[in-house]
Amino acid sequence: MIVVHSAAVNNKIIPANATNKTLPLAWQVAAHSQLAEAEEICAWLEINLDNNLHFKKRLLIITNQRFLTVANYPEKIESYPFHAGLALKHHDNAGVANIELFDGEIQLAHWFYTLAHDFSATRFIKQFELHLASFLTGQPITTETSEVCPNCQSPLEADQDECPQCSSTIDAPPSTWTLFRLWRFAKPYKWQLLTGFLLMLASTAATLVPPYLTIPLMDKVLIPYQNGAPIDIGMVALLLSGLLGSALLAWGLGWARTYILALVSERIGADLRTITYEHLLKLSLEYFGGKRTGDLMSRIGSESDRICVFLSLHLLDFATDVLMIIMTSAILISINPKLALVTLLPLPFIAWMIHVVRDKLRTGFEKIDRVWSQVSNVLADTIPGIRVVKAFAQETREATRFREANQHNLVVNDRINKIWSLFSPSVTLLTEIGLLLVWAFGIWQVSRNEISVGVLTAFLAYISRFYTRLDSMSRIVSVTQKAASGAKRIFDILDHVSSVPEPSNPVHLDKVVGQIEIKSAGFRYGNRAVIKDLSLIIQPGEMIGLVGHSGSGKSTLVNLMCRFYDVTTGSINLDGVNIRSLPISEYRRNIGLVLQEPFLFFGSIAENIAYGKPEATRAEIVAAARAAHAHEFILRLPHGYDSVVGERGQGLSGGERQRISIARALLIDPRILILDEATASVDTETEKEIQKALDNLVHGRTTIAIAHRLSTLHKANRLVVLDRGEIVEVGSHDELMACEGAYYRLYQAQARNVDTDLDDVKNDNEITHKAVSA
Amino acid sequence: MEQSTLITDFSLIRNAAGRLVLTTNDGNVHEGVFPMRAFPISAPAEGLSLIGENGHELAWVASIASLQNATRNLIEEELARREFMPEICSISHVSSFATPSIWQVETDRGDTELVLKAEDHIRRLTHTSLLITDDHGVNFLIRDIDQLDNHSRKLLDRFL
Ligand SMILES: Nc1ncnc2c1ncn2[C@@H]1O[C@H](COP(=O)(O)OP(=O)(O)OP(=O)(O)O)[C@@H](O)[C@H]1O
Ligand SMILES: [Mg+2]
Repeated sequence: MIVVHSAAVNNKIIPANATNKTLPLAWQVAAHSQLAEAEEICAWLEINLDNNLHFKKRLLIITNQRFLTVANYPEKIESYPFHAGLALKHHDNAGVANIELFDGEIQLAHWFYTLAHDFSATRFIKQFELHLASFLTGQPITTETSEVCPNCQSPLEADQDECPQCSSTIDAPPSTWTLFRLWRFAKPYKWQLLTGFLLMLASTAATLVPPYLTIPLMDKVLIPYQNGAPIDIGMVALLLSGLLGSALLAWGLGWARTYILALVSERIGADLRTITYEHLLKLSLEYFGGKRTGDLMSRIGSESDRICVFLSLHLLDFATDVLMIIMTSAILISINPKLALVTLLPLPFIAWMIHVVRDKLRTGFEKIDRVWSQVSNVLADTIPGIRVVKAFAQETREATRFREANQHNLVVNDRINKIWSLFSPSVTLLTEIGLLLVWAFGIWQVSRNEISVGVLTAFLAYISRFYTRLDSMSRIVSVTQKAASGAKRIFDILDHVSSVPEPSNPVHLDKVVGQIEIKSAGFRYGNRAVIKDLSLIIQPGEMIGLVGHSGSGKSTLVNLMCRFYDVTTGSINLDGVNIRSLPISEYRRNIGLVLQEPFLFFGSIAENIAYGKPEATRAEIVAAARAAHAHEFILRLPHGYDSVVGERGQGLSGGERQRISIARALLIDPRILILDEATASVDTETEKEIQKALDNLVHGRTTIAIAHRLSTLHKANRLVVLDRGEIVEVGSHDELMACEGAYYRLYQAQARNVDTDLDDVKNDNEITHKAVSA
Repeated sequence: MEQSTLITDFSLIRNAAGRLVLTTNDGNVHEGVFPMRAFPISAPAEGLSLIGENGHELAWVASIASLQNATRNLIEEELARREFMPEICSISHVSSFATPSIWQVETDRGDTELVLKAEDHIRRLTHTSLLITDDHGVNFLIRDIDQLDNHSRKLLDRFL
């Protein structure tokens, strides 16, 4: 669909950007060489596509005399001197925008650019109109002292070039050292962590005592005995009790250490989960629209758990191992530096191997994670949609889809396991070779009387521990990578900035009157413009009926009013204050929303009604239910208000659910009420009931009601007819009937009881379908 | 520039304002029509609809090949600008493997930069082809992953 914005001339000066001073260096020579004497650049726009839609940069310039284009590559310079009738228009489609230069009805030229440049283009066109007008009239351009954001029309500070609310910069991507970012969650527990660490030091030291005791055991007891000396019972007892004591000490300390650190890591995991979930809830609908439930669930559920296991188990082990290696090396070097050197020789090899494999595995594990969410996505898709699956007898197909996802999982895992399985045996092999080296070198040293047999046995005892630890240490590679990729996926959520941000300088409204002003609002979903330059003022207490055919943007407008999304251009004000500067939850507290598909949470009916106001008294709940005409049917349920309604409110009819959601909206007593097809899919009888309920609700509040059945809007003060994102008619029922426009046709069609929508009626006389035979 | 076709029962011209004007064989004239493929990705050569300014379908072309040259050229010209979907030939650099990430890519329409906001903006079309939607809604196509060079494939692999 083509969107044409013909920007209106307004006499506000547009801030900076479009001036000579800021012309990019690369363009200055090319641009200035084109200028005549006394000609100066008034505004410019860099565009990034040529007319064949290839990525090539070009510059559009407005001078005080003409409009011209400059390119840094050979291409015709186009120049259009100012004269009456010249106009710039722009529209966009599928991510590409088009600026057209018209001379009256004739298109002189057109240029393309991608939407990345759109904001400046709007400004540029305004500048063009200003300068053209000033050229034609000879009047200087009028400047207004207070500058406004060209985008959202909110006032700018003197030194601000860009509106702080509109400027959207790309957030820096999270660093690769994601795991260290977990420190933010560990910080509250730093004292416990320190205790744990000290315990770890002590317990590791304790485990290193026994091999040391083998030296005197060998050299002072066994070897002298072999050489004919008697065994020194006292010394043996001392050494053995030393062995026992150190073992007991290591056991006790190890227990305390593991307990404390496991406790802490469990808490870190829990904090991580809750904080991520809290953050997730604050994100805009746009985020949820682009994500799949299964994926989000697996991120918050299993990945935080994985991180927790990593912290409590693997990281702990690893730290112990590292400590042990350092301590052992120190001991070995202190006993005999030469032999120590040989013993430690394989270490760098192993470290290098770990490094190599690490890189390969990391990407692999990220992949596995993604595949996992694919698997859970299949589940999250089909389980809620199980009725559709069964109705169309597609169980086998869904099973196949699941099997395929699983298969994919297998393939990815197989690939990783190939590398992974090679890794452990290689480490073991290196270990064996290392031992061999120590034996050989040790025997040689013993033969030259450089070391005693005791020292050699101690070394062997140390390093066999040491190397087995290396083997398990190597496992840290995979678990760290797994945890890191899990952490990354969690931080992906945490780093996501809501596209409806909280204001930095919130304004608080003491008492909301309920006047809503939509100022030339524009909105697009991705590259589809859905609302275009829409302006509307809704007075306090007024009831507005929003009508228009399906897809005309009614629900979108409502989403904008609720600030589920932020407008792309223009602004929405509540009582004269831009809703972007109100704290979000404070603002939403003033809005009662009744949707076509009411959602009931798992819980009792009373809890569901009191969802927006948990502190409501029972009397209030009953009053709200009565007003919503829900009281009677609730009483007919087996447990009255305490009846539990399931997920999606199963067990209640559509109309019943609807009335509960109306009661919910009524209970919070909002100043603004938004009804999005609240009565669309119920029978006439129920509709009457709901209508009565709504009439109670509407009374004295600013109301925006969307309805396909025009009869439900009989109470509306004004009806607003939307068509493809634009307001086509506004007025009361009688006025709109009198002018026989879009509303009239719509009404006529419904009166004739034909199930036609606005658009089909309009085209009654046109040939709407033409088949072209091949 | 005016061309009319005889085989099919409409004619199409581009007027001075740069808009396509459709005249159906019963004499109705529609200005500002635009073509839209029904299956732009899975079957681009089949099923094309001419849509009026008000968003209603005016004519249906079952197969683009069946059109007369002049009309087809007009339509294809218009399609080319409406279906802006650069095809990525190689990825020279990505700013990070975590999103948002800025990619330097070579496309069949020249070198450019795209901002990948989240991994979900990469959509798998078939086993070997991908559609990448950038920050501003421009769609980039990777027709065949296997045709990419090693470096690009490695970079891309980190996001799949
Ligand atoms: N999340 C979304 N992403 C992209 N496009 C969307 C999204 N939601 C709605 N749209 C599109 O925006 C347009 C307006 O949708 P909207 O829901 O506002 O229509 P509506 O007037 O409420 O229609 P209905 O009467 O059928 O409820 C439609 O063309 C729709 O396809
Ligand atoms: Mg709707």
